[in-house]
Amino acid sequence: MNTEPTPAVEDIEIQLLLEALALRYHYDFRHYARASIKRRLRQAREQLEFSTFSAMQDALLHNEGMVGRLLDYLTVQVSEMFRDPSYFKALREKVIPHLRTYPSLKIWIAGCSHGEEVYSFAIMLLEEGLLDRTMIYATDINPAALDVAKSGVYPLDRIASFTRNHQQAGGRTSLADYYATAYGRAVFDKKLREKVVFSDHSLVSDEVFTECQLVSCRNVMIYFDRPLQDRAVGLFRESLTRRGFLGLGSKETLRFSDHADAFTEFVREEKIYQRSDA
Amino acid sequence: MTAAVVIGASAGAVQALSDILPRLPAEFPLPILVVVHVPSAPSGLTQLFSAKCAVAVVEPDDKEQIRPGTVYFAPPGYHLLVEPDASISLSSDEPVLFSRPSIDVLFESAADAFGAELLGIVLTGANEDGSRGALAIEAAGGQILVEDPATAYAAAMPTAALARCATARTLSLDAIADHLLGLVER
Repeated sequence: MNTEPTPAVEDIEIQLLLEALALRYHYDFRHYARASIKRRLRQAREQLEFSTFSAMQDALLHNEGMVGRLLDYLTVQVSEMFRDPSYFKALREKVIPHLRTYPSLKIWIAGCSHGEEVYSFAIMLLEEGLLDRTMIYATDINPAALDVAKSGVYPLDRIASFTRNHQQAGGRTSLADYYATAYGRAVFDKKLREKVVFSDHSLVSDEVFTECQLVSCRNVMIYFDRPLQDRAVGLFRESLTRRGFLGLGSKETLRFSDHADAFTEFVREEKIYQRSDA
Repeated sequence: MTAAVVIGASAGAVQALSDILPRLPAEFPLPILVVVHVPSAPSGLTQLFSAKCAVAVVEPDDKEQIRPGTVYFAPPGYHLLVEPDASISLSSDEPVLFSRPSIDVLFESAADAFGAELLGIVLTGANEDGSRGALAIEAAGGQILVEDPATAYAAAMPTAALARCATARTLSLDAIADHLLGLVER
């Protein structure tokens, strides 16, 4: 006799919807942390006015316009420049001295969303005199988010918190040196993104594309389940040079990862790891 | 049977929790997940209650497995959610009712994970967070206890939960602590 409990109808519908999304559009959320994906799908269902997930799945399969709208609910676009200033301070003080020893640098910002982290890195590297010899690879799965990141335009009301963070992160000049304002928006200097390659890349299904000295992937893997986290960390491990650095979100850890042994804690309290295997 | 406890508190939270958590014995067999609205990191709650409590008090990392006899405080700036396999996942989704962490987000995910075996407790607070989550717990067959608004530091949050949940019981902080201790004896 089968003793497995029968899943709730809603859970079955969610599973089928995620299957449809993966099969039809190759956006694979099947290994995302279930509790938060469920919450966001419920939000999408409510706001897009579907009575059930099955109805939503039907629309998704037969109407190509739906996928972009759904994607905006499923991928989180919440960040700010120099988020967790102490992380950037630790990078500046403890990691940059190591990066300086390389004649050229590659940095991968995985899950870059609207680009706040990308511009933060570019500004920090510029201030440290390293931007000229650095390539930054900024990747995300959401094309609409990548377009925003490429534009480098943010609402002016966000600038106050960006400025505060930049100062707390050890910023050497005024953030105002790096943007111009127009029509209620701040436009970041083109020079900051001359060395940035924005591209579509999925930690779920794509492979490593470059060798780099630093990977920053913060508050992306909290949305993954454990097996998918292992896949992502495996990609970072493969991409990093020996003694390369991996920066995670403040509550993310490699403690539960299959790859834990390949890394040592470099700045423990800021979740900055160093690749330590051969 | 209760398998887990979730607690939500806002304005006046530290005093209210101080009347409850320090009374739990070290061998208290249930996990307790707590969302307190705090303005910024670090919250200091973990240190504060570690010093006062016999039970373990932690601010969890993402994907920690929930253990019995442990109090988990949601980290400032993150929503705290329970996965179906009783592990924790954190999220930096947008605030809900201006709050991150949000009580509703914890309660709704815990209701999905623990169903009728969940006990939800709504304490003092000056907003409406928690009432929607309490309703989700009730709908899943779980129990709701609410701090008596008449004696709460801020009555709005308990009042909102009572208005939404027909089966919620109103208790004093002392009686809420007694109820938790009663779960151990059974």
